[in-house]
Amino acid sequence: MTSRKPPRVGDSPTFRRFLIAFVLIVGTLLIAAPLAVIFAQAFSKGWPTFASTIAHPDTRHAIFLTVVTALIAVPINTVFGIAAAWALTKFDFRGKRLLTILIELPFSISPIVAGVAYLFVYGLQGLFGPLLQSADIKILFALPGIVLASMFVTAPFVARELIPLMQAQGRDLEEAATSLGASGWRTFFYVTLPNIRWAMLYGIVLCNARLMGEFGAVSVVSGNIRGQTNTLPLHIELLYHDYQTVGAFAAASILTVLALVTIVAKVLLERQGAGRHHGSALAGPVAVSQDTTR
Amino acid sequence: MRQRRILPGFGLSMGITLCYVAVIVALPIGALVFKAASLGPEDYWRIVTSARALASYRVTVLSAAAATAFNLVFGLALAWALVRYQFPGRRLIDAMVDLPFALPTAVAGIALTTVFASNGWFGSFLASMNIKVVYTPLGIMVAMAFTSLPFIVRTVQPVLEDLDPALEEAAQSLGSSDLNIFRRVILPLLTPALLAGTSLAFARSLGEFGAIIFIAGNQPMETEITALLAFIRLEEYDYPAAAAIASVMLFAAFVMLAVTNYLQARALRYTAR
Repeated sequence: MTSRKPPRVGDSPTFRRFLIAFVLIVGTLLIAAPLAVIFAQAFSKGWPTFASTIAHPDTRHAIFLTVVTALIAVPINTVFGIAAAWALTKFDFRGKRLLTILIELPFSISPIVAGVAYLFVYGLQGLFGPLLQSADIKILFALPGIVLASMFVTAPFVARELIPLMQAQGRDLEEAATSLGASGWRTFFYVTLPNIRWAMLYGIVLCNARLMGEFGAVSVVSGNIRGQTNTLPLHIELLYHDYQTVGAFAAASILTVLALVTIVAKVLLERQGAGRHHGSALAGPVAVSQDTTR
Repeated sequence: MRQRRILPGFGLSMGITLCYVAVIVALPIGALVFKAASLGPEDYWRIVTSARALASYRVTVLSAAAATAFNLVFGLALAWALVRYQFPGRRLIDAMVDLPFALPTAVAGIALTTVFASNGWFGSFLASMNIKVVYTPLGIMVAMAFTSLPFIVRTVQPVLEDLDPALEEAAQSLGSSDLNIFRRVILPLLTPALLAGTSLAFARSLGEFGAIIFIAGNQPMETEITALLAFIRLEEYDYPAAAAIASVMLFAAFVMLAVTNYLQARALRYTAR
């Protein structure tokens, strides 16, 4: 790739230097500066202030709520992703294309629209609202609503990693295993899972990052009750609008570290071959190839 | 198509998939459409064409178009530099291109606002040139450009990597200039990926909320995006209006999805992957 024996287009030293300088300068302005400002602000009053903000009960509760939401939603999402990939790649049935579109749909929909939509299902003015109220079940403005909205927003993450990969791997290995008498579960755990584990982990890492950072959808369904239904991103907004800038950035720095860890994990997993089966990276609707009529 | 299913687990996997898709995805979207449809055509039309709503569409679409145009140029330059040149920090930049996806939008929002505020690192410099970013449409564009940056880079990058050097060499041996080769040989090969990335970036910008509301100032008619208007209607307990405006965004998302799928199918055909 880098053998530049005959100079390729754009290899003239002047152009090279110009383009690299342009990319470095704009990249610094647009990516590095916002990243740096988060930590600069978080520690602008020194370590003790930072530590006391993080230790504040409201912040701790926001972290707790975010982690609990992820602990519920990510495993469910993973099971769904595996099931969807298994159903779509191991069998032939009609309506496959429609099902794929429905799985990928949440990536195309604004989180705000998702939040509003959930309101019209579980809210008082929604489909099940009156029913839920008479049964005294609280979904909106409580943990279940936050979990459901988060699951909507992150629905495609694991499935979209597994579907193209399992498509490419075909069915031969699993068919061989079952024909030799292995049960379905045994086939899955000993034949399929070893082949898809890195892609699955890749999907889980991205799903978790998006879920813990989700703002729009959760802000509609959570009700923003301080110390009760505020996830970490919502808590950041609240502190910021309260002019507690250091506190807001201290809380933001936690999510920033999560983002950086996610990027490192992503690079490491890509070295294992994960994430190669589609072009765009973390979000965005990706058309899954549907040439499965074999 | 096979008649018999050889592998086990069809019922279980299909059951889980359909339940999840029905409850998590289809039900809320259906409820939103149902709510918007129950408004009646006159009320619906009055809400979605109110002056404030129309202004919010204009702000959103124009800002998204400007941000996408910026990313088209910068994204192509970035992808080109990452694929074709060796320079210190190349791999770090390659990894950090994903930061806008990995960083929560609220965090991006407050960080960009602080950097571009009139007393911030860039804002104070820009203020000396009489350019105001925060609380103006320019701020909306900055937030949109940040959150949608990775799309164009990540769709163009693999195509650029797979580009056959022989094509350029052939053009060079025929005496064509670099600019000419870029325009007539390379750009046409990149166009499908560029278009697919552009539509993804544009769609993302249309729906973006978290990063924008901090930097936009949110003045009705001027710096209020459509997503925020839907949110404000909810906070005012004006549920029909929220449903109507959200349904317009949903419709726009479906249109963008169709466009993106079409362009992506084309891109895949061209790159034969």
